[in-house]
Amino acid sequence: MRGFGNVAGAGVVAALLGVAGYAVFFVAPQEVSMGDIQRIFYVHVASAWTSFVAFFLVFLANIAYLWRRQLHWDWLAVSAAEVGVAFCSVVLVTGPLWAKPVWGIWWTWDARLTSTFVLWLLYVSYLLLRSLLPDPARRATISAVFGIFTFLDVPLVYMSIRWFRTQHPQPVIAGGEGSGLDAVMWQVFLVMWTALLALMARLVWQRYRLESLRHQVDELSFGLRAG
Amino acid sequence: MSTKSPAAVAWTLPPAALAIFLRELRAEFRTRELLNTTVVFVLIIVVMFSFSLNPSAQQAREFGPGLLWLAFLFAGSLMLQPAFTRELASDTISSLRMAPIDPSAILFGKVAANFFFLTFAEWLMLPVFGVLFNVPVWPVVGPLAMVLGLGTLGVCVAGTAFSAMTAQARLRELLLPLLLLPFLAPVLVAAVDATSGLFAEVPELRFTPLKILAAFDVIFLTAAWLLFENLIEE
Repeated sequence: MRGFGNVAGAGVVAALLGVAGYAVFFVAPQEVSMGDIQRIFYVHVASAWTSFVAFFLVFLANIAYLWRRQLHWDWLAVSAAEVGVAFCSVVLVTGPLWAKPVWGIWWTWDARLTSTFVLWLLYVSYLLLRSLLPDPARRATISAVFGIFTFLDVPLVYMSIRWFRTQHPQPVIAGGEGSGLDAVMWQVFLVMWTALLALMARLVWQRYRLESLRHQVDELSFGLRAG
Repeated sequence: MSTKSPAAVAWTLPPAALAIFLRELRAEFRTRELLNTTVVFVLIIVVMFSFSLNPSAQQAREFGPGLLWLAFLFAGSLMLQPAFTRELASDTISSLRMAPIDPSAILFGKVAANFFFLTFAEWLMLPVFGVLFNVPVWPVVGPLAMVLGLGTLGVCVAGTAFSAMTAQARLRELLLPLLLLPFLAPVLVAAVDATSGLFAEVPELRFTPLKILAAFDVIFLTAAWLLFENLIEE
């Protein structure tokens, strides 16, 4: 039964990604000034939003762990953090791919690029901290505190780095006067975001199961050694 | 939080934190090894920087604030290391745990002591920096003290909490700077901005970075206060 659920879940995610990919290339209109390269926007921005959702999930799991002290909250935290870092990496890779033809450079120390990079570094250091704490209960507690600190740090990172002169396009969605996305582009973007959220949920769930199995193996081998 | 009533904690917290603070000072001034090492370390970074970029007088003025704060952050990330590893090595952490005080007194006492040490090292280095990089430090000493105070407090709050986190980790000497430096990005950006304003041809006190520094200090003092107990439990 579980095997069937896995296949079905993966099938749904694959179908969603297929639809989103088709929509990006064949449904979305061509952007006026940037041309086809703008299509990377759908993956770039949707991945960014997905990674924010994942990091928020880490924060919730961190609080839940400190409150309830049940290890499965810690499994959720590490799963969401790893998947969030993966999506954040996609943002950091697709950004330069987009920037090179449009701005003429791969990278610039602009506000949003820099703060996304710092965000990525913060969650990578969260994962590193975890990997260097041997005892599971201590690891869960300490990394939960660090995760909460990190999440609180993110708005400060964004605010402080905003002083750098910004080259990045101003927020197109909900950016204020004169900004705005074509209706079809919006729909394609939402389809892509849904697909990526489904992919994220799928990956977090798999990773969570792996963590839970690891825990069972640890318990069993500990029982064998003790017996 | 302890089981005692908030009022009782409010009464006992300041004296307990003060006791921890004085204990840290006593321990440090017996050897002064932490202070000596930090001062020399900052000096080395300042000198190495001028080798690596070979700045002209004008450039030294431009890059000075960034360099100064990087040196302070690196120094902080090394200096804050022993705050808890020392307690573990001598197993004094269990005595601290058993002491009839609120655990946050340990945090506040240690933050205050680290703040004192790092500030001490910073002020010792400032005149040297001013001479080497041709920056007039003296005319802006008042506002500079405010920027340094707010920035250093942020470094010490986060660094002390992270020192407690990494004390039991493998590779902890590497891990603390690794956690601390990206985390302190807002402090670095805001403090460098504020210091550049003060070292400009026409010195100005910029308030926005000061607000960011103050927000950082308040947010993480509160977070550390609420969560610290989790970090020293057994």
